[in-house]
Amino acid sequence: MSLPATSSDGFWSDTGKTGIASWIFSTDHKRIGLLYLYSVLGFFLVGVLLGVLLRLELMAPGRTIMGPQTYNATFTVHGVVMIFLFIIPSIPASFGNLVMPIQIGARDVAFPRLNLFSWWLYVIGAVIVLTALFTGGGPPDTGWTFYVPFSAKTGTNVSLAVLGVFVLGFSSILTGINFVTTIHRLRAEGMTWGRLPLFVWSLYATAWVQILATPIIAITLVLVFVERVVGTGLFDPSRGGDPIMFQHLFWIYSHPAVYIMILPAMGVISEIIPVFSRKPIFGYKMIAFSSLAIAAAGSVVWGHHMYTSGMSDTAILVFSFLTFIVAIPSAIKVFNWVSTLYKGSISLEAPMLFALSFVLLFSIGGLSGLVLGAAATDIHVHDTHFVVGHFHYVMFGGTGFAFFGALHYWLPKFYGRRYAEKPALVAWALMFVGFNIMYFTMQVLGIRGMPRRYYDYLPEFARLNLVATIGSWILVLGLIILLVNLFRGLFRGEAVGANPWGGATLEWSIPTPPPTENFEEDPVVTHGPYDFKGAGKP
Amino acid sequence: MSTEAAHHILSYRKLTAIWGALLVLTALTVLITRAELGALKVWAALAIASVKSGLVIAFFMHMKYESRPFRIILFVALVTLAIFIGFTFFDVLYR
Repeated sequence: MSLPATSSDGFWSDTGKTGIASWIFSTDHKRIGLLYLYSVLGFFLVGVLLGVLLRLELMAPGRTIMGPQTYNATFTVHGVVMIFLFIIPSIPASFGNLVMPIQIGARDVAFPRLNLFSWWLYVIGAVIVLTALFTGGGPPDTGWTFYVPFSAKTGTNVSLAVLGVFVLGFSSILTGINFVTTIHRLRAEGMTWGRLPLFVWSLYATAWVQILATPIIAITLVLVFVERVVGTGLFDPSRGGDPIMFQHLFWIYSHPAVYIMILPAMGVISEIIPVFSRKPIFGYKMIAFSSLAIAAAGSVVWGHHMYTSGMSDTAILVFSFLTFIVAIPSAIKVFNWVSTLYKGSISLEAPMLFALSFVLLFSIGGLSGLVLGAAATDIHVHDTHFVVGHFHYVMFGGTGFAFFGALHYWLPKFYGRRYAEKPALVAWALMFVGFNIMYFTMQVLGIRGMPRRYYDYLPEFARLNLVATIGSWILVLGLIILLVNLFRGLFRGEAVGANPWGGATLEWSIPTPPPTENFEEDPVVTHGPYDFKGAGKP
Repeated sequence: MSTEAAHHILSYRKLTAIWGALLVLTALTVLITRAELGALKVWAALAIASVKSGLVIAFFMHMKYESRPFRIILFVALVTLAIFIGFTFFDVLYR
C-alpha cells in the first residue's frame, strides 16, 4: 500500500504489527473500516459482473449466452452477493467504522476486538457462501429469498449458502451492538444528542434494526437448513406445516433489512448536502427523528411482499396501510434536503452530484414503491420487471449512489490525497444516464407484463430489453472510470489538507490522515454539526 | 450502575424454591393436557410457560436485581417479539 502525501502518515504508520497482520488483526476502527470497504467493494464488482451477464442474456429473446438453469443460479448469486455481502455491510460497516467514532469525538468504537471479530465473521460467512457455489449440487437457484417449498427441495447447494448467510447475520448483529454502545457511551464532552451528526443518527437507527431483526432471519434460515437435512415438515402443508409462515419469517427480517440498507445512505446524504450548500441543514430534528420513525415503521410492513402469496385479505389491508405510513418520514427527509438546498451556495463537485442524484433516484424508487404498496396495483405488477426496476432505483440509485458519494467525500480524508474532479464528473454523468436508461426501461417492461426471473421473454419485449442492456454498458463504463479515477487519485492524486470541503463535523477538525487514536486530546464540542460559522472557515 | 446490584447473590434456599416452582408448573402443564379445556388449552399452556420464563428471567437471570436500562432493553426486545408475532396473526387468524 503506498503512503499518503502528508508529512504525518497518521494511522497508516505507527502500528505494533507489520505487513498484512497490521491490517487483518488490527483493532483500529479506521483500519477495520478500510478492510470492510475493500471487502464490500470486491463483492460489489462480483455482483456487477453477474448483473451484466444477466442483462446480456436478456439482450435478445431466446438463449443468448446461458440456459435457464445457469440464469436462475446467476440471478440468485447476484442477489445474495449484492444484498448480504455488499449492500447490508456497505455503508454502515465501512464508513460507519471509518467515520462514526471520529464524528462523535471518540478514540475508537466501544468494543474494538468485537469489531475485528465481526469483520472476520463477515469473511468466514463470505467464504462459506462462495464455497456453496462450487460444491454439492452447484450454486443455489432459488432467488435470494430462498422461498420454500422450492428451497427445501432443490438439489442445488442451498444448505451451505443459508449457513453462510447465517454467519453473515452475526457479523451484522455485532456491528449493531458495537455502534449502539459506542454512540451511547463514547460521545465526547459537549456532544449532546442534539449535536450528533445526522450520519450518526442514521447509523444509530440502523444499528437497532440490525440487533432486533437479524436474529429472525438467522433462525429462519436454520429452519430451512433443518427442513432440508431432517425434513421436519415445518413448511410442508402435507405434514401440518405452512409455507406462507416462511415468507412471514423471511420478510420480518428482510423488509427491515431494506432500511438497514437505505438509512445509512440517507445519513451520508444529510452530511453531504449541507456541506456542499454551505448552509446548515434544514430541519435537523425532523431528519434525526425520521430515521428512528423509518426504522420503527419499516419493521411492521413486511406483509407487503406477500399480497399474492395467499395471505388473508385483512392482513393485506393492514400491511398496505402501514406501508403508506413509511412514506411520511421518507418524504420528510426528501423535503428537508431540498429545503437545505434553497438559497444555498451550491458547489457541484462529485460528492454533491451523487447526493443530488440520490434524492432524485430515491424519489422515483420511492414513488414506484407506492404502486407496489397498494394491493390493487401490486397484484398486476407483482413479480414483474417493474419490481426489479423499483428496488434497483432505491437500492442502487439510492444506497449505491450514496456509497459512491461517500467514497469521494470521505476517502480523501483517510488517504490524504484526492481524485481528479473532471473524470469524476464524466463518470457520474455516464452512470446517471446509463442507470436511468436501464432501470426506467425495466419499469416500463414490467408495466407491460414482462415477468422477472425468466431467462426468456415474448418477442414484443425485445426492443426495450436491448435498450436496457445498452444502458447497463453505459453504467458499467461510468463505474470503471469512477473507480480508476478515485483510486488513482487516492494513491497519486493531489494532496488535501484537514478540511478540503469545509465541513463542520469533527472528522474535519483533526489532521489528514487521522492519527491512530484520532484526537491528540479529548475534544470538547461547542457547536452543532452543521454550524459552519461556529466551526470557522476552512 | 451500582456494583451492589451487579454482585447480587441469591441464597440456595431461594434458588431451590424457584426450581421447585418450575417443576410444579411443568407438572401442571402436563396435567392440563388431560383436562377438557378445548381451545383454552393453548392459552393455559402459554400462560404457564410465560410464568415459568418470567421466573427464570427474574431470578436465574438476575433481571429482578438489575438496573433500569437492562430491564428496558429486555422489555423492548419482548415488545418487538410480541409485535412480530402479533402482526403475523392478522394473516393466520383471518385466512
